[in-house]
Amino acid sequence: MKYALFLGCTIPARGLHYEASARKVAEFLGIELVDMPGAGCCGMPIRNVNQTSSLAMSAAALQQAEEMGLELVTLCSACNSTLTEAAHLLHEDKELREKTNATLKKAGKKPYGGTTKVWHFTRLLHEKIGPEKIADLIKTPLSGVKIVSHAGCHYLKPRTVFGGFDSPEDPVTLDALIEATGAESVQIINRNECCGGGILGFKEDTSVKIAGGKLKRIIDAGDIDAMVLHCPFCNIMYESHQKKLERDSGEKIDLPIIFLPELLGLAFGLDTKELGFGQHKVKPSAILEKLGV
Amino acid sequence: MSDSTKASTISDSRLKPKFKTEVSELFGGERIKSCFQCGTCTASCPVRAVDESYNPRKIIRMVLLGMRDEVLKQEPIWLCTYCYTCQERCPQDVGITDLVFALKNLATKEGYMHPSMVPQVDILSQFGRLYEMTDFDNKKRAKLGLPTLENKQESIDSILDSTGLKDAASKRKGSE
Repeated sequence: MKYALFLGCTIPARGLHYEASARKVAEFLGIELVDMPGAGCCGMPIRNVNQTSSLAMSAAALQQAEEMGLELVTLCSACNSTLTEAAHLLHEDKELREKTNATLKKAGKKPYGGTTKVWHFTRLLHEKIGPEKIADLIKTPLSGVKIVSHAGCHYLKPRTVFGGFDSPEDPVTLDALIEATGAESVQIINRNECCGGGILGFKEDTSVKIAGGKLKRIIDAGDIDAMVLHCPFCNIMYESHQKKLERDSGEKIDLPIIFLPELLGLAFGLDTKELGFGQHKVKPSAILEKLGV
Repeated sequence: MSDSTKASTISDSRLKPKFKTEVSELFGGERIKSCFQCGTCTASCPVRAVDESYNPRKIIRMVLLGMRDEVLKQEPIWLCTYCYTCQERCPQDVGITDLVFALKNLATKEGYMHPSMVPQVDILSQFGRLYEMTDFDNKKRAKLGLPTLENKQESIDSILDSTGLKDAASKRKGSE
């Protein structure tokens, strides 16, 4: 199993523990991730202002993977949605592909042929490895660990683009992988709510207030050890903004936010330092103590 | 309640009745005329739940009424988190998230790019990523055994240049 790894903007600068743990977990499972030299942004932020540009940016990434002869895997949900939607549009609509290729040509880039399949790393683990095989490989069962999952929006929406591989209203794939480790995935009210990250740059207070809502519901549920997610931007909202939310409300949150590959790596018995556990702003020390690692 | 949501008298003379047709011809705006104003979008919206100035049902109504200037020059269209909850639930399949992208693109074309997008376009042109990859970042990466990343991708800059977006960012007008 060999895939082109598309890192995007946020992960290599602000999600190092996500990248490190994903690379370690992939290696452990026999998935080869090949880096894409020179790849930049997927186009997501530019979609707001000019979809011709964002589509060309996506097409450039898809073309690079196509030239490598590999399917593309992303760790970031925003990249996942943007590239999956671009692939969907460019594969279905020949005229749009020709128009986009004209933009690429003007920018001195090679044309996209229209063959690249895009995966989110979580979906790849769920479909190509599967929760059963993952459960068989567990060395440190996470029994007694209570998790609230955050599947987020751009892992599986819009449904028209993702073909409904998982339900936007009641997603199960991320939870199945969490439960494969022996941890319990606890269901809370309105568990699929957006992190608010899409408007952090446009209206910070509103954006952070949205993130705070879900964190509060998790605290209210009681006894939750961590939130598990798989998008660096959701992580910025829930982990990097936790201190600000605590200051604003005067209430303690102190909820560790862990990326899915970190959780899997922990259960596979991989080295926590190499998985990047030292990078957390909200220290997950209580879970590590609970598991004796 | 902020000014943008305050009820005010709509003056006929300022309405642009063809605005809905203009929007329906945009990429993403095709199904706007199917909206029957049920409000499922607004009821489902995580932004609306905490901030009354964003109301997708109202934005659609304003487009249908022809309130072109109010829609394109004011802040609300920029407050969509593109979570697609409304798009998934819309009984008329209006494709609301795609529609709001279309409105933001049109506002940009008219010179009303949101001010926060200007530095983003600039950073992407310079570095090809939203974050500059400094030597300090690469040292941190090396400590975790991660490969060194180059700090510049010319290709993004040439795309933003060839579509005229760099130019649009420098020529944006102030919004209302």
